[in-house]
Amino acid sequence: MSENKTSLWQRYLSANPVTMSFLAIFLGFVIGAAVIIFSSSDVLHAWTQIFNSPGAIFHAIKVTLDNVGAAYRAMFTGSVFDPTILWHALTTGEDWTAALTPISETLTYAAPLVIISIGVAISFETGLFNIGANGQAILGGIAGTAFGSMIHLPMILHLPLTLACGVAAGAFYGFIPGMLKALTGAHEVIVTLMLNYVVAYFLLYSLLSTPLQLPGQANDLSRVILPSAQLPTFFATATTLRVNWGILIAIGVVAFGWWFLNRSTLGFDFRITGANPNAARASGINPKKIIMYVFLISGGLAGLAGVVQVDGTTHSLDGGFLIGSAGIGFTAITVSLLGRNKPINVFWGAILFSALGVGGRIMQAETGIPLDLATIIQSAVVLFVATPVMVQEIFRLRAGTLHTVELNTKGWSS
Amino acid sequence: MHFMRLELKGITKRFGSFTANDAIDLIVEPGEIHCLLGENGAGKSTLMNVLFGLYSADAGEILINGEPVHFATSGDAVRKGIGMVHQHFMLVPVFTVAENVVLGFEPTKSFNRVDYAAASEKIRKFSEEFGLEVDPDAIIEELPVGIQQRVEILKALSQEAELLILDEPTAVLTPQEIESLIKIMKDLAASGKSILFISHKLKEVKAVADKITVIRLGKVVGTGLPTDSEEELASKMVGRSVNLQVEKSPHNPGTPMLEVKNLVVRDERGVAIVNNISFSVCQGEILAVAGVQGNGQSELVEAIAGMRPVESGTITINGTRVDNASPRECLDAGLAHIPEDRQRDGLVLKLSVADNLVLNTPRAPQFAGRGTRKLSKVRENAEKLVKDFDIRTESVDAPVGSLSGGNQQKVIVARELSRNVDVLIAAQPTRGLDVGSIEYVHKQFIRERDSNKAVLLVSSELDEVFSLADRIAVMFQGGITGVVSPDSTREAVGLLMAGITEHTNV
Repeated sequence: MSENKTSLWQRYLSANPVTMSFLAIFLGFVIGAAVIIFSSSDVLHAWTQIFNSPGAIFHAIKVTLDNVGAAYRAMFTGSVFDPTILWHALTTGEDWTAALTPISETLTYAAPLVIISIGVAISFETGLFNIGANGQAILGGIAGTAFGSMIHLPMILHLPLTLACGVAAGAFYGFIPGMLKALTGAHEVIVTLMLNYVVAYFLLYSLLSTPLQLPGQANDLSRVILPSAQLPTFFATATTLRVNWGILIAIGVVAFGWWFLNRSTLGFDFRITGANPNAARASGINPKKIIMYVFLISGGLAGLAGVVQVDGTTHSLDGGFLIGSAGIGFTAITVSLLGRNKPINVFWGAILFSALGVGGRIMQAETGIPLDLATIIQSAVVLFVATPVMVQEIFRLRAGTLHTVELNTKGWSS
Repeated sequence: MHFMRLELKGITKRFGSFTANDAIDLIVEPGEIHCLLGENGAGKSTLMNVLFGLYSADAGEILINGEPVHFATSGDAVRKGIGMVHQHFMLVPVFTVAENVVLGFEPTKSFNRVDYAAASEKIRKFSEEFGLEVDPDAIIEELPVGIQQRVEILKALSQEAELLILDEPTAVLTPQEIESLIKIMKDLAASGKSILFISHKLKEVKAVADKITVIRLGKVVGTGLPTDSEEELASKMVGRSVNLQVEKSPHNPGTPMLEVKNLVVRDERGVAIVNNISFSVCQGEILAVAGVQGNGQSELVEAIAGMRPVESGTITINGTRVDNASPRECLDAGLAHIPEDRQRDGLVLKLSVADNLVLNTPRAPQFAGRGTRKLSKVRENAEKLVKDFDIRTESVDAPVGSLSGGNQQKVIVARELSRNVDVLIAAQPTRGLDVGSIEYVHKQFIRERDSNKAVLLVSSELDEVFSLADRIAVMFQGGITGVVSPDSTREAVGLLMAGITEHTNV
């Protein structure tokens, strides 16, 4: 059995991870198209008429393609680039920056998602399941908002210290489950999940109590972060382009994540511990220390994501901050899965997910197809990424060096 | 009862351009124990998987009693009377023996209820018929490995297997369990069952086989008889002459490097599994710890390596106290450790050969600086060790899990010896290795000894103990029953292993 595990033949024509990811994304869109078809009364009506007249089947096909095409076109122009706006701007001499709004929005949403996903990926790679990234991000956001809105400092100090506050708060909030796991063996999934609730209500509490609440407000709104602490946008003149330095921070975090997991000695310890805790111990690694470091780093990055979100985009908190329908910390889990915990892949995964979210909103506005379609596509993509064997069968690919996505986490005991 | 004559004709199995089996011919007569002997990676398991319907052959045919048969699945093979006992058991740990044996073929009462009484009865009958002595109502996970294996055999027999394939069945067994397995195999053969026995261990093959087929690199390279000498069989298997005798210079011990005094270690149940042991290992000597598995040897090694708490007593490595130290402190004190379970404690299978070769020294100044690893230096180190220690791998970047067992062990040996420290402890360092690798590992140990290192070898293979040791310490129930010279007889050591100490000459 073992004689041929990585023999040459397997590498030819094989289903390598890059090909598989693209095919998974493609299949995700196919599923999305099926959903559009089956939920559109126009399309279904056209198909019920195909026996009524000879040309009706062509009409039905046309209606189908029109509907799916319109949805995906809206998604693309809403999240990447809209050529008609550019053409309009060029021919009329109006402001052409509007053509860049879609990509600007995508990158704006992507920045915190990239950062938090890298943190989650680092915890997965170490065999620890940080479900609490969302809570850590919220606490990072609260700390950053407090520091950024209530302290007066010159920008050169104020901005970095605001970000540092977010990191510190996230790291602190990650350290709690890390410490509990290392010292008492409390399972990190349960502790982090529960801590998410604690911080969600702490957010409401702080938004409704004097220090952080916007003065003169009765609603759950925070003070606004002072300009000296805000992440600057790239285009100060074009107010519709919200893309800001957050995306640069995100790229820096990707670089850090890559260095950390692939080059650093501590990252090497992390990977050993994740892949084989017994061998880690025998090799002189202290697993308790590693657990605490993982949660410090993962939590710190989650905190950074939270503060980047509030500091770069919203500039103030409300009761729904980062919670939304799924919560950024949970989207990060699927993004890390999609990127197989490889920082560079995680980066592209986060961009894709942000684009689907941003484009989905435009699609909803333009075609009436609900935003949920974007979530369906996201889920389908992750499903296909997690089941490479199925994708391989669908496309009849030769078996390659594929493995199902491993989360590396231990069971509920221990 | 119908007997089975199995014939394989020209079986060829390719994986792309790699030929795992090349026109293999094999005949197993009814009631014959036929051994398939070959090194790890020779293609034995592939051939068995073809025979059991798990792979389909690219060429050749399988004949049962002269009739060609085709197995699309293992179910087809089972229906034709072929049973397989896998190296890693396919049992449900929380089920009883009876439940496991009838799984998939449950006898039923009215309303499709499983008839457990009938199942138990069936097991009892089979168990008695073949002298297997298995309690049908015992829970699998509470049984020792040797008995679990018998359950697998029972399962195959209950499916009316006439030919049993045993894939490396002894790899997981203690010497006693091996003996009783050999007896069971002989009884089965006497009752007319055919047995295909896969192994690379010459002693067992000689003890049990009626006929031996040797395969190397996917081809049948010869047949043999159990009366052939071990050297003959080994050289057929490896393809060159093999020296099974280790040559070494006279014993010339220096100062003690590893000292253990009044050591007490408890196991998970709180039993003093190592009970008041004292010994020392000097420079330039190999002290072998012999004993039946489970008499505290593993726990002793774990305690010295810092992986198990010490209740009382002291351990000193080169003058540094390391009782209850962390594994890191033990490594830093000058300990090289080849752990008993290489895949659990010694390697990270997912990581590359190069990474595994620096697994416990990633921060050494030549491999890292300012928190960043020097990957080119790590690679260089790996290239050199792969060459020096003859590790067969496609590249130093290949995951270590893709290597054969022997080469995986060489990775650990290379890593530990290249650290060039004073004390080496090795637990069962050649378990599961083929002859060629064993010869190699033994040579390395002698070289370490001759370069004035202190070596503590824990092994349940008496051959290994006798050929390497300068002194032999025998453990029994947590204590040392005697320390003897390797010139003692096997009988003397055997008695000490059983706890009988009257004739001890220390």
